[in-house]
Amino acid sequence: MPGSTGPDCVIKTVMCADYNNLAAGTPRQIEPCRIYRCWLTSTQPIGRQCDNSDYTPGKSNEYRNTSYRALAARQRAQACPTDDVVVNDLRTSVKPDAWVGQPLERREDAALLTGNGRYADDLGTRPGTLYAAFVRSPHAHARIKSIDMTRALAMAGVRTVLVGSDVRDWSRPFVVGVKQPMEHWCLAVDKVRYVGEPVALVVAQDRYIAEDALDLIEVEYDQITATVDVEAAIGESAPLLHEAVGSNVVSDRQFAYGKPDAGFASAAHRVSLKVLYPRNSCTPIETYVAVAEFGSDGDYDVLSNFMGPFSLHAVMSLALKVPASGLRLRMPRDGGGSFGVKQGVFPYIVALCLASRKAGAPVKWVEDRLEHLLAATSSTGRVSDIEAAVDDDGRIVALSYDQLDDCGAYLRAPEPATFYRMHGCLTGAYRIPNLKVRNRVVLTNKTPAGLVRGFGGPQVYFALERLMQRIAVELNLDPLDVYRRNFINSSDFPYQAAAGALIDSGDYHAALDLAAKQGNLEQLLRRRDAARADGRLYGIGFAAIVEPSISNMGYITTVMTREARAKAGPKNGAITSATVSIDLLGAVTVNVASVPHGQGHITALSQVVADVFGLRPNDITVDVELDTRKDAWSVAEGNYSSRFAGAVAGTAHLAACKLRDKLAVIAAAQLECDAKDVVFSNGNVFLGQAPEQGLKFTRLASGPHWAPAVLPEGMSPGLRETAIWTPPQLEAPDEDDRINTSAAYGFAFDICGLEIDKDTGQVRIDRYVTAHDAGTLLNPALADGQIRGGFAQGVGAALMEEFAYRPDGSFASGTFADYLVPTAVEIPEPIIAHLETPSPFTPLGAKGIGEGNNMSTPVCIANAIADALGPDVDPEKIVLPMTPTRMIELIAPAETPPADFKPTMAGDGERFSTSGSIDIAAPLEAVNRVLHDARALARVIPGCRQLEALGDDRYVGDVSLSVGLVKISFHVEMSIVDEEPMQRIRLSGKGVGTLGTAEGDGRVLLSRTDTGTRLEYTYAFTLTGKIVAVGARMIESATGIVLQQLFQRLGRVASGRAPAAGLWRWLTRLFGRKT
Amino acid sequence: MKKLAHAPHTIALRLNGVERSGECEPRTLLSDFLRYRLGATGVHVGCEHGVCGACTVTIDGAAQRSCLTLAVAAEGRDVTTAEGLAPVGEQLSVLQAAFRRHHALQCGYCTPGILMSCTDFLKREANPSESQVREMLSGHLCRCTGYTNIVNAILEAAATINAATAGKDPAGPEVDSQRSDAGSDV
Ligand code: FES
Ligand code: FES
Repeated sequence: MPGSTGPDCVIKTVMCADYNNLAAGTPRQIEPCRIYRCWLTSTQPIGRQCDNSDYTPGKSNEYRNTSYRALAARQRAQACPTDDVVVNDLRTSVKPDAWVGQPLERREDAALLTGNGRYADDLGTRPGTLYAAFVRSPHAHARIKSIDMTRALAMAGVRTVLVGSDVRDWSRPFVVGVKQPMEHWCLAVDKVRYVGEPVALVVAQDRYIAEDALDLIEVEYDQITATVDVEAAIGESAPLLHEAVGSNVVSDRQFAYGKPDAGFASAAHRVSLKVLYPRNSCTPIETYVAVAEFGSDGDYDVLSNFMGPFSLHAVMSLALKVPASGLRLRMPRDGGGSFGVKQGVFPYIVALCLASRKAGAPVKWVEDRLEHLLAATSSTGRVSDIEAAVDDDGRIVALSYDQLDDCGAYLRAPEPATFYRMHGCLTGAYRIPNLKVRNRVVLTNKTPAGLVRGFGGPQVYFALERLMQRIAVELNLDPLDVYRRNFINSSDFPYQAAAGALIDSGDYHAALDLAAKQGNLEQLLRRRDAARADGRLYGIGFAAIVEPSISNMGYITTVMTREARAKAGPKNGAITSATVSIDLLGAVTVNVASVPHGQGHITALSQVVADVFGLRPNDITVDVELDTRKDAWSVAEGNYSSRFAGAVAGTAHLAACKLRDKLAVIAAAQLECDAKDVVFSNGNVFLGQAPEQGLKFTRLASGPHWAPAVLPEGMSPGLRETAIWTPPQLEAPDEDDRINTSAAYGFAFDICGLEIDKDTGQVRIDRYVTAHDAGTLLNPALADGQIRGGFAQGVGAALMEEFAYRPDGSFASGTFADYLVPTAVEIPEPIIAHLETPSPFTPLGAKGIGEGNNMSTPVCIANAIADALGPDVDPEKIVLPMTPTRMIELIAPAETPPADFKPTMAGDGERFSTSGSIDIAAPLEAVNRVLHDARALARVIPGCRQLEALGDDRYVGDVSLSVGLVKISFHVEMSIVDEEPMQRIRLSGKGVGTLGTAEGDGRVLLSRTDTGTRLEYTYAFTLTGKIVAVGARMIESATGIVLQQLFQRLGRVASGRAPAAGLWRWLTRLFGRKT
Repeated sequence: MKKLAHAPHTIALRLNGVERSGECEPRTLLSDFLRYRLGATGVHVGCEHGVCGACTVTIDGAAQRSCLTLAVAAEGRDVTTAEGLAPVGEQLSVLQAAFRRHHALQCGYCTPGILMSCTDFLKREANPSESQVREMLSGHLCRCTGYTNIVNAILEAAATINAATAGKDPAGPEVDSQRSDAGSDV
C-alpha cells in the first residue's frame, strides 16, 4: 500500500558520497585539469535503447560494452597523445557505471518518428482563433506616406488590420543595447528600413483569406536611397537610416589590454589581413509560429516556438507596457530547429499581441519560408581588419582588431552582442598579452541581425584563424608550429585571457596531436604532395577555436563606457533553474527552462537525474515545455550560448541532489542509520552492500506524500526542489573593460584536406577532422550529433550560403532555390575525436559543444582553399561563400568579360532581358489594332484586370501575376508609341506593386508572312523590391513564358478568337500557390 | 467564377489505411488539408515551394510533396504519412527503429518527409548504395544532423529488410534487442 513505511529491517545504510561535494551547489576547487579521456568516434557507434530490461547495475553487460567507453578503451592506446595521460575521470560525481557518458538512444525519437511531435503549429488553438498575414515593405528605404486598408477591410472574412498608429498607441519601441535616439517598433511607423519590414498586419478568419487581403492594402511610399554596403554606410555622405542618430554608426568603442602599441612598435614582423564575414543563417526547417491572446486583465498569453534568451521576455514586456507577469509565454515540447534563429520571433510576438487586442480574439501566425529568408534574422555581417605583431618564431606579441558589424536596419536585442559575446576571448586559443580592439556597430538597409549558431564566433575566427594561416605563410613556418608556440599551455588553466575570459580548462596541444594523429595528417600531406606534382589544386587547412558556452548576462554592458555602466548598475551571471519533484507514486519528474530544439534534452536530463537517484533514465519524466507563469525561470534561461550541458544539466543535477539528500534523511530514519550511508542504486535504497534488505525507491519516495507525519522531526513536507545556479566566475566588466564573457570554454582543433576542381571551381572535401574538448560528455552520441550538424552548417557557410542583396537593397535569396543549403550529397562524414578536460566551473564538468564547428569549419575550409590556391592568390580574395564561380575567378580570371546587356532603365534593381518571335495567324493590321486598343489589350495581357486609355498612347491598369510562390499585383502605367507605324512599336512602362517595382522597355517589330504576321520582340526590364527575392531564375523563365503567352493571346485576339488560358493555367499551376 | 473557386468541396481519401473525408476549398493545399482538417500533423511544412521535402507523403505509394499538391487531387487516393508507418501497437518499423538507433534525427522536423521518401525509395531500390541513398536524400533538407546518420540508418534498414525478405535472420546477434521494433517491412 502506498504510504506504508517499508520493511522493518534494520539495515545500516550508506549515502553515495560521490555527490556530497556538489550537493551544496558550490563549484569545485579550481585546479588544472590535466587528466582526461580521449577517444575517436569516426565510425558510427551503435547506441542502445535505454530501456533494456536486462540491465544489471554495476556489471559490465552487453549494453555497456557497446558504449563509447568500450570504444574508447579500444582506441585509447593509439589515441592518447602523451604518456602522462591517465585514462580516468577527474570528477568523482560520475561513477564508472553511470548513465551519464553513455551514448543512449533518444527518448524523444519514438514520438518524432511516428508523426507525434508536438511542435508549435501542432497544438490546438481556441475556437475563434484568427490568422494573421503581414504586409511587408517592398522597398529597402522609404517613407510611408499613407496606408489605405478600406478594400481589405471590406473583404469577407477579414476582421481587422493592425498598422503603425495602433502600435504607437498600445506599445513602446523595443529597448536597445546602446543609448541612441532610434526607435524600433514591431511594425514600421513612419519609415521602412529594409525589404520585408512589416508594415501592417491583416487578421482574418483563415490564413488563405488573410494572405489574399494583403493585395488589397495600398501603401504609398516615398523612396529614399538605400545604404547597403557596410563600409559605405559609415561614410559621411551615406543616407542615414535613423536621422536622429546623425550617423549609421551607432556605437564606436575602443579597447586596449596590455601594451598593444608597444608590442606593435617593437615587433619583428607585422602580419595583417582584411576579411569579410557574410550574412547567412542556419534556417531551421520549422519557421516562426506564434499564437497570441489579449486577456481581460490587460495581459497577454502567448504560445510560440521562441527559444530565449529570456532577457528578451523583458524586452517584449516593456514594449507591451506590462509587467513580466503580464506576458505569459508558453513554449511547446518540440521545436523544429532553432540554431539561435528562433530568438528573432520576439518582435512578431509583440505585433500579434497587439493584433489580438485589436481583433478581440486570439491571433495565430505561421511564418512562410519567403518571409523567413527575407526578414526573420541574419548572422551579423562583419568587416575585420586584423593585424598581429609577431616575433621570428611566429609567437604573437600583440593583436589588433578593427571591426565593423553590419547589424541591419535596427539594433534589435540582443545586438550588439555579436561583438561582445566573444570579447573576453578575442585572443582565441593563444597566449597573447597585448590586445587592441575597435568595434563599430553599423546599421544598413537590411534585415536586423541576431543570434545565429556560433554567434560572434564565426566572425572572430574567420579573421583570427585566417591570420594564423597568413603568419605561417609569411614567416615560412609550419602552421602547426605556429599553433604550438602560441597555444595556452595546459598547466596555465584556468587562464585569464587579455580581455578577461577566464578559460577554465583544456589541453590544446594534446587536442592538436589527437587531431593530427587520428586524422592521419601525415597521409594528407603526402596526398597533397602527390596532387601538386600532378598539377592539381590540393590544400590543407587548420583551425583552432575556443568555444565559449554559458554566456555572462553582463557581457553586453561592455559596449558601454565604464561611466555609463556605473550609472546603469552591474549586470552579470547566468542564472539557471531546474526543478525536480517526486509524485505520489514515487516517480521523478524534472523540469527545466531550456526550450529544446532537437538537442536531446529529455534524453540527457534523464541520464543525469537517473544517476542521482539510482534509477533508469526511462524512469524519469522530463518536462521541457516551459510556461513563464508556472515554471522556474530567470533572465539567462533559454536554448542559446551552448548552455545546456554545462548550466542546465548541471543545475538539474544539483536539484536532484537536493531532493535525493532529503530522501536520504527520510530513508536513514527508516533504516536506522546515518543519512550519509544511504545508497541509491538500481531502483533501491539501502545501506552499504545490502540492496536485498533495502527499500524500493518508489515506496520510499511516495511515502512523504501519504504520511507527512512520519517525516523526521523538523523536516518540511513536500518532495519538490528547485535549484538555481549561477557561476560565480561571471562578474560584470571590470574597470578596465575586462570581461569574463562565458562560464566555460571548450576547444576544437580541425584539419581539412580538400581539392579544387580546376575546370569547375567545385571544392571537394577529401577529409575533415575535428577534435573537440567539451569537458564531460553527458551523452557522446548527442555530442557527435551536435558536431555533425554544426559541421554541415559550417560547410554551407563556407561554400554555399549567403543572403544576397542588390545595390538598391532588394533581397535576392527568398527561396531555398536561391538560398542554397547543403544536401546529403554535399556533406562528407567528418572524423570526430574527443578529449575531455572537465570544467571546474560547471556542476558536471561539462562545457558546450553545439557551436564549435560553426566557428571552426568555415575558416578551416577557407585556410585549406588558401593553401590549395597557393601564394599567388590575394588572401583577401578568399571570401565566403566560396562558390564555384568565385573559385573559378580566382583560378582562371576571365580574360575578356562577356558583353553585358545594358537596359535603358536607370536604377540598381535586378535586370532581365528577353527576346523572341512568334508567328500569328492574323493580318498585320489586326495585330496592330489590338496593340492600340485598351479593351483588346486588357484581354491580351495575362492577369490584366483592367486597362484604361489616358490618351497620348498612355494607359493605366492593374495586373496581377503569380510567379513562384508569390502573387504580384501591379498598378501599371505604360505607353505604346509607334516609332514606325505598323512596323516598329515601342512599349514601355512602370508597374508599382505590393512586392516592388517593375520597369520595362521593349520593342515589337511587325512583318507580314504567308500565314499572317510575324512579331519579333526584345524586352528588358528591371525589378526592385521584394519581388527579386523569389528567385531570379524563376522570374527569368517565368517572364519568357509570360511574354510568349502574351503574344500568343495577341494572335488569338487579333484573329478574332478568344484567348485560351491553357498555358497560363499551366504556369500558375507550376509555380503558383493560389490562382 | 471566383465564388465557385471558394466553394467548399468534400474530399474523401484513404489516410493511413482509414477512409477519411473533410471539407476544403479547391485551392487548399494537401499539406494544409492533412494537417488541419484530418489532424495528420506529422506532415510538416518547411517551405511550401517544393524544395525542403518536409511535407512529403506517399500517394498511392509514390512519394509526393503535399505542399505542391492540391487536396482535391488526392480525392479517392491512398495517402500515407509518418503516422501510418509503424506496425500495430507501440512498435516502430524497421526504418523508424534504424533512425532511432543511429541518432538520425535531432529536431525531427525534416524526419517524417524523409521517412516517406525512403519508404517509396526502398521499395524501388531494395539494395541501394550509399551514393544512391545520398542522391535520394538530396531532395530533403535537414539542418540538424549533417545527414551522415540518416544515410547510415537507411542503409541499415535496407540491409535488415533484405535479410528478412531473403528468409535470413534479420538482425543478427548484435541488434537482438531491437527485434521487437522490427514489426513491419519498412
Ligand atoms: S514544405 Fe513541401 S517541400 Fe518544403
Ligand atoms: S532533424 Fe532537424 S531538420 Fe532534420
